[in-house]
Amino acid sequence: MNKDTLFKWLTALLAFIILLLGIGILVKLLISSRLSFDVFGFKFIFSREWDPVQRLFGALPFIWGTFVSATLALIIALPISIGIAIFLSELAPIWMRQPVSFIIELLAAIPSVIYGLWGLFVLAPVMQQWVEPLLGKYLGFLPFFKGYPLGVGMLTGGIIIAIMIIPTISSISREVLSAVPQHQKEAALSIGMTRWEAIWRVMLPYGRSGIAGAIILGYGRALGETMAITMVIGNTPSISVSLFDPAYTIASVIANEFTEATDELYISSLIELGLILFFITFTLNVIARFMLWRMKRFEEVR
Amino acid sequence: MRNILKLTLAFVLVMAFSMALAAEIINGAGATFPYPLYSKWFYSYEKVTGIKINYQSIGSGGGIQQVKAGTVDFGASDAPLPKEELEKYGLIQFPTVAGAVAIVYNLPGIPTGLKLTSALIADIYLGKITKWNDMRIKELNLNINIPPLPIIVVHRSDGSGTTNIFTWFLSDVSIEWKTKAGSGTSVKWPAGIGGKGNEGVAGLVRQTRGAIGYVELAYAIQTKMTFVLLRNRDGNYVYPTIETTQAAAANADVLPEFYVKFTYSKGKDSYPIAGFTYLILRKKMDRNKFIVRFIEWAYKNGDRDAKELHYVPLPESLKTKVLAELKKM
Repeated sequence: MNKDTLFKWLTALLAFIILLLGIGILVKLLISSRLSFDVFGFKFIFSREWDPVQRLFGALPFIWGTFVSATLALIIALPISIGIAIFLSELAPIWMRQPVSFIIELLAAIPSVIYGLWGLFVLAPVMQQWVEPLLGKYLGFLPFFKGYPLGVGMLTGGIIIAIMIIPTISSISREVLSAVPQHQKEAALSIGMTRWEAIWRVMLPYGRSGIAGAIILGYGRALGETMAITMVIGNTPSISVSLFDPAYTIASVIANEFTEATDELYISSLIELGLILFFITFTLNVIARFMLWRMKRFEEVR
Repeated sequence: MRNILKLTLAFVLVMAFSMALAAEIINGAGATFPYPLYSKWFYSYEKVTGIKINYQSIGSGGGIQQVKAGTVDFGASDAPLPKEELEKYGLIQFPTVAGAVAIVYNLPGIPTGLKLTSALIADIYLGKITKWNDMRIKELNLNINIPPLPIIVVHRSDGSGTTNIFTWFLSDVSIEWKTKAGSGTSVKWPAGIGGKGNEGVAGLVRQTRGAIGYVELAYAIQTKMTFVLLRNRDGNYVYPTIETTQAAAANADVLPEFYVKFTYSKGKDSYPIAGFTYLILRKKMDRNKFIVRFIEWAYKNGDRDAKELHYVPLPESLKTKVLAELKKM
């Protein structure tokens, strides 16, 4: 066997390990959540009950909390991240670009428990004393900003996750925008486009599949974020439209309750929550890939 | 060649030696609540006897599972196991040390010593009393000007022995609590927000005006929180201290399998929210003798360390009972 074939097989083996890991996780989740599925069936997904004492378990408030907190985080983080990416790749003076990108990437390396404790001890009081009362005063007619300003809850949770995914989305988007060929930019400017038009009509469309990839990565991280959001979301399994109210996510309830869960049905239900999270992330990835593929094909046809 | 032989020989010797030593290493896992004390005890014990005890504080649930599976020599749990479960898996349990749970609050300008009754705590946690200037609170604290703040109830979000003791207490004092929520390391809370760990609850209480929460006594003292002066079953107001917890423990009913519960116990000095933490062993294990020897040592020499870290030593009578039971094995 020559070295090339050997190398080929070696890399194939490594790729296969990842595949095997994924399948292994799925199989283990399925086996361990079997008991919970046998007892509750599909009702598990739609039930709002979570009562470890009565041994009644339902996932709906956690699924809700996971989706809403991650989506809220994305809504906050996306414009900021794209703005950072555009500034750093196009507008910032050259001497600034490297140091600032470096700092942003450093932010991605801060452990999430640090973000969580910062959220609890610094962000939550600010939210409680300033942000939430102000939102309640001026936007309180909206159902999203009703209720007592606790400082912890969905809104604070969303903001913490947003801060955590900004480095991911902005640094990948910056790379993508920097990869737009110089002649594309020059062509856009030479036909009399302004900076703004060149960025919006040429560069962002050119890099949109890469930016979409960054968004998927960020959203995936937001869905699975555990420690930081556990500290500030208020950990209450309820479904409320108001962002001031405490909520709960799938990852948080697993982190909170798995260590002290002794009952078999209880453990199995927590594992089924993990399985649901697995499916959510998987489905989202498939949808996102599909959308990218459609987008590309559409462009080719055009 | 000779070098390789020598090396191999040395390697084999080292291996044999460390395996011989390994017999003296005891492994345990479980509860996080007693971890600071256990690590101190294990450290001192190793210095005295040379026997090393490894302990992983992975949570009571994990500890119980590992001892059932036989991957550790002992498990540690904050809540005792019921008799049926002990028998089913061939386990025995016994208490090592007690801890109290303090009710902490944040009312601007009001220092430690707000008086509350046990029934009031239950009604607050049921969400039935929502304002601090409620008549029932005011009439207990006539000399204090209580602000008209809403009560923000804070509880632990992570499963914990502290929650188990606290909900035992609530179930003791309120039938409504017992039927609606019950007791356990995690329960369905009728009201309030959840903070992760003692630090989570303490953080929320400290920065939210009008908040009330519960944390381990040691944590409350070390972080200088303001806590409630609680009326006990006999009608006296008591602070959580080593003495009041010991007074309560002395009145505990001890079942043969050491399922001991002494929340809301009788006695004029008894503090009502406290409980033991336990070690769990598999019956008929050869290596149990090492653990029994350690317990003998810890019961005899460990009280000072315990008090220093704000844990409450067992009453002497209970120690004697436990040792008698362990000697039977």
